[in-house]
Amino acid sequence: MSDDHHHDHHHDHDHDGASHLSDIQARVRALETVLTEKGYVDPAVIDNIVEHFETRVGPHVGARIVARAWVDPAFKAALLADATAAIRDSGEFGPLGDHLIALENTSGQHNMVVCTLCSCYPWDVLGLPPVWYKSAPYRSRVVMNPRSVLADFGVSLPEATRIRVWDSTAETRYLVIPERPAGTEGWSEERLAALVNRDSMIGTGLATLPVGEAA
Amino acid sequence: MNGVHDLGGMQGFGPVVTEAAEPPFHAPWEGRVLGLQRAILYTRAWNIDVFRHAQEQLPGATYLTVSYYHRWLLGLTRTALERGLVTQEELDAGHAQGEVRPLQRTLGLRDVEAAYIRGPFGRTPPAGAAFAPGDRVRTRNLHPLGHTRLPRYARDKIGTVERVLGCHVFPDAASAGRGDDPQWLYAVAFRGEDLWGDDGDPGIVVSIDAFEPYLEPA
Repeated sequence: MSDDHHHDHHHDHDHDGASHLSDIQARVRALETVLTEKGYVDPAVIDNIVEHFETRVGPHVGARIVARAWVDPAFKAALLADATAAIRDSGEFGPLGDHLIALENTSGQHNMVVCTLCSCYPWDVLGLPPVWYKSAPYRSRVVMNPRSVLADFGVSLPEATRIRVWDSTAETRYLVIPERPAGTEGWSEERLAALVNRDSMIGTGLATLPVGEAA
Repeated sequence: MNGVHDLGGMQGFGPVVTEAAEPPFHAPWEGRVLGLQRAILYTRAWNIDVFRHAQEQLPGATYLTVSYYHRWLLGLTRTALERGLVTQEELDAGHAQGEVRPLQRTLGLRDVEAAYIRGPFGRTPPAGAAFAPGDRVRTRNLHPLGHTRLPRYARDKIGTVERVLGCHVFPDAASAGRGDDPQWLYAVAFRGEDLWGDDGDPGIVVSIDAFEPYLEPA
């Protein structure tokens, strides 16, 4: 089908005129209505799926997994060996699809995850990907100049740190386990999980102490 | 296909722009599109690789300029039209008019959790894996018109098998109606210099997940 409307990039929903917004809403509504009237989909099911991704999954799931790995060496070893099995066996982190791989950041190696071909992302543990993850600037540049991408995020790593980029070109999904910040010995899992932000589990950020937090 | 979706190593797109406190959806219609996509995948009317290829076949300028879920809508609509689930007349009228095509199954509330997760994509291997961790491999110089998951920047390059990831549905076949055609999948790592010469950041290593038909011994 043709698409002859003018759009700007990822902020079109914010800046497009009302006529465009109502147009695309109308097209979605028409598609959903036809599919529903033919019995292919059930709007209550769509409601439920939307609610799941809006309210239940998100980076808080991954943050709890990372915090567990930081305090429980056996869980961390199991996670690095087979993240899908380790998370499912724990029974604590919600529904999980297959083929999840956990990557451990160390002082020597920093991992970053991308999908250059589309938008593959570990939804089950991080929720829906942010717009920037799916955008041309990130997908094009991170496999060639990852340090410049990190600079866009205000992150600078020592030259000696090896950068390892994982392009998710199949149905494998990657979760970065960031380094545990120094000075957090003895912290509870819950307190640690609050240090783990979404970007640190993609590799474009670090888990850090809040400014002014006593170590 | 060598489309604009294959972005790795392209230049000139500017800085990565982030959004503070980004919501899961920026408008309610985005959520509807995601829900429709998951519910339709459940019916097996088509698969994820068909859906990806539909987006890849959008005009390049469209692919790069519309928002993400708008792209999904275009891919979803294109595929629903191609597969005869809907007609353009129905979409224009906003109501069903034509025949109902029988589907293998439809998703009800009772089974909705099946739409929360993907897959599975692992399949019983038809034969043993040809490569093992540590093997040197060369990616083939492939430029198919159809769907492939071998990105351009990693074609005809020498790398090392790091992990054997199991035997999976082969997207190149599944997108073209040739069944699952299960193939071994490997994490293959390349030195930055072997991909980008002196123009990539020094000392980086980049891996792709490569299906066995993309690889030959090096």
